[in-house]
Amino acid sequence: MKRTGVFICWCGSNIAATVDIELAVAAAKNMPGVVFADQNKYMCSEIGQEIIKEAIRSHRLERVVVASCSPRMHENTFRKTVAAAGLNPYFLEIANVREQCSWVHKDKETATAKAIALIRTAVAKALRNEALFASELPIERRALVIGGGIAGIQAALDIADSGFVVDLVEKEPSIGGRMAQLDKTFPTLDCSACILTPKMVEVAQSEKITLFTYAEIEKVEGYVGNFTVTVRNRARSVDMSKCTGCGDCMLKCPVKVDSEFDLGLVKRRAIYTPFPQAVPNKPAIDREHCRWFTENKCRVCEKICPAGAIDYSQEDELMTVKYGAIVAATGFDPKKLGNYGEYAYGKHPDVLTSLEFERLLNASGPTAGKILRPSNGRPPKNVAFIQCVGSRDKAKGNPYCAKVCCMYTAKHAILLCEKVPGARPFVFYIDVRTPGKDYEEFYNRAYEEYGATYIKGNVSKVFPDGDKLLVRSVDALSGALVELEVEMVVLANSVDARAGAKELAQKLSITTNAFNFFNEAHPKLRPVETHTAGIFLAGTCQGPKDIPETVAQASAAAMKVTALLGKDSLLSTPTVAEVDEKLCTGDMSCLVVCPYGAISEKILEERRGRETVRRKVAEVNMVLCQGCGACTVACRPGAINLKGFTNEQIMAEVEAICL
Amino acid sequence: MKVTTDKINSNLVKEVEEISGQKVSACFQCGKCTGGCPVVGSMDIFPHRVLRLAQLGLVEELLHSRTLWICASCQTCDSRCPRDVDIPKVIEALRLLLLRRKGGNRLHPASLSARVLANAPQQGLVSAFRKYAK
Amino acid sequence: MPVTREGFEPLIVAFCCNWCSYAGADLAGTSRQPYPSNVRVIRVPCSGRVNPSFIIRAFQRGADGVLVAGCHPGDCHYHSGNYHARRRFTILKQLLEYLGIEPERFQVRWISGSEGAKFSAVMNELTENVRKLGQNRKLRDAR
Repeated sequence: MKRTGVFICWCGSNIAATVDIELAVAAAKNMPGVVFADQNKYMCSEIGQEIIKEAIRSHRLERVVVASCSPRMHENTFRKTVAAAGLNPYFLEIANVREQCSWVHKDKETATAKAIALIRTAVAKALRNEALFASELPIERRALVIGGGIAGIQAALDIADSGFVVDLVEKEPSIGGRMAQLDKTFPTLDCSACILTPKMVEVAQSEKITLFTYAEIEKVEGYVGNFTVTVRNRARSVDMSKCTGCGDCMLKCPVKVDSEFDLGLVKRRAIYTPFPQAVPNKPAIDREHCRWFTENKCRVCEKICPAGAIDYSQEDELMTVKYGAIVAATGFDPKKLGNYGEYAYGKHPDVLTSLEFERLLNASGPTAGKILRPSNGRPPKNVAFIQCVGSRDKAKGNPYCAKVCCMYTAKHAILLCEKVPGARPFVFYIDVRTPGKDYEEFYNRAYEEYGATYIKGNVSKVFPDGDKLLVRSVDALSGALVELEVEMVVLANSVDARAGAKELAQKLSITTNAFNFFNEAHPKLRPVETHTAGIFLAGTCQGPKDIPETVAQASAAAMKVTALLGKDSLLSTPTVAEVDEKLCTGDMSCLVVCPYGAISEKILEERRGRETVRRKVAEVNMVLCQGCGACTVACRPGAINLKGFTNEQIMAEVEAICL
Repeated sequence: MKVTTDKINSNLVKEVEEISGQKVSACFQCGKCTGGCPVVGSMDIFPHRVLRLAQLGLVEELLHSRTLWICASCQTCDSRCPRDVDIPKVIEALRLLLLRRKGGNRLHPASLSARVLANAPQQGLVSAFRKYAK
Repeated sequence: MPVTREGFEPLIVAFCCNWCSYAGADLAGTSRQPYPSNVRVIRVPCSGRVNPSFIIRAFQRGADGVLVAGCHPGDCHYHSGNYHARRRFTILKQLLEYLGIEPERFQVRWISGSEGAKFSAVMNELTENVRKLGQNRKLRDAR
């Protein structure tokens, strides 16, 4: 039996307050195989690790069990510790006596009994641990960034800046994303386009970045360092190499469609660029609306194009490229307001969403930057801003706070006062949340200098009243009823995950939360990684955030990508499946269930007496195998086993845990 | 009590701000003034709500409040306000709004009894007239 | 023997996949969502790694209830492991019933890494249900 050492951590009082450490140490000493047991206040500290190393040397330990926090927390720490003392790192087992014992139980007696059972289980497994070795994987030195908003742009630029090649894939005909739709940005009121468009141009001009607009992710295969991604380049119907971006086609096209970029406040043509500063500034034909594709007539753009760039025969093209790392930066959608009839959105033209109001503010927007009521084209005097529309509403919206609305509403109030002299903004709020550098001061200016009236009360209903709107609420601070006659209502609608986020997450094998925002690997300490190695997150696809945070996260993701691509090779997980060829019958049930195509057939030539017999067996590709173990269960003769989680180890655990 | 566009936009709010030299809009309703006021027990409208009602244009409601006459202008609130609003000055402005109206004086020399006139210190009388009369 | 204090405390063995349910169990701890201390977790890489023989062995060795917990359908870290698990355990459940094990004793649940509260709710519910059924005597080794 292997000489095993058990080390029990107090974790200050986190474990020691609920588990009787002395009792556990005494119990551990009596477990089969255990030749040494000790305890320390903080096993993960340098002193704690030194105790382990010293015991390994002086007691000639062959296996080590640490009873501490979750292995998800410190398994790697302690693997390094035992490796430093000369043992194979996989000779270590962790008994999770904090998250799954001391933190969930109160009674010291039963919690101690459970902790002892968990230690016994870990010892039983450790006795059967074998030395495992990682193998080296090559790394494809090319990165993929999905989404061409500010997050994707920043990530691509930073990766390119570090000398790596990047492909940037954007669904729309132009990069720019949500930030391109904004007018000014809080808290400095920089013009959004002025700070964004130079970055867009930089992307287009970078030698390291290849831009794929009007393109979508079709399929993602492979693993960290070695992803194989299929990208669908949608038929643009415009030959990008010939088009000069003169824009004549967009003037002559007879079909008018609601502009997605301007949220339907104006029309665009069927051949279009989303906005004048588009990158690339070359149009695409929207085949759903183009008269040639719907009615088989017209072809005006083809006749007008001086460069002969129109090509109706283009088809979607699939390209398959290998990448070492992927950044998902797919952004958000503003919440649709179908559930909120009480705000009269859609019933009265002067009730707008905040992004629509943003377009009115924008100099290149439908009103050339003038705030005009859609109903009569005149500027409004009194404007009600309603916050938390679809946010902090678990009944029919999102239970979470959309984070950016307080600040952009303060910005809207300020810009209203600047653009319409004498105008009065009224902001209806539940709480005003302005954490961030210079944010509170910005909000203070909105009511102090610009005279925005903040009213603590959710608007109950907006009544269209002739050409005005009646807003009813209460000021919860004074208890006074509020009934305001306003000319415009702006709804700060919540931030939703991008439509299609769930599907993309499935393609990438990353997880999402209940609202389809991508999950980070750790909410505090690994905020840009996902649980899938080699896939990183940037921007609002991970959760609502503002531009500074988005850019910071994008740069962080880029740093993670470059750190990965900069390595010479990767160490593969050694916990992979292994075939016992003597037992394998070659019926290949394992091959069917393997999600990675890691199992293939192999022909063995064996001597049986005088004859040479050819026999089919399964073979595992150690690089492709990710260690899920599905094959081990499918295998009838029990010939395939998973290193690190062998049948024998798990059976030993079951027996020990039931004792 | 009802807040309407007209009331919020009314001149009364501007007058209060002009007379007091204070921005009532600066108050964010933390409540520190009320928490420390030594005479709050006798007030019908608490100091922070005086500011709130003023912000919403509900000045008429304030003018009938007993608070205006209870406030001793001790400046405790002012010395602690995180938004740097001199609340006694706002209350003083509200008193002045009322006193400046026709028949707004709350104290007439004729109403003072001979005993008060004989015994009250002169400074007290001056202060009373500054507070209660135009 | 299971931990006994007053009356019968069932022993529950939970096989939790490393990526979702084990993380969910950790989150139950981090957010201090209590559940009975006779619930004990065995970490496996994936619910698809759980061999039906592990479950039968647990019942033989005296477990009163067994839970297999994995990522929600569609969220498997390994694409499809939980689908294999679902199919396997639908069949195993019938076998166990045939052997005389009440279906309540063996449960398969999807618990994500963000569902700490669900983890402890499932554990509380399972313990309660098994407590009502009493000790597992059917498959238990005569020892």
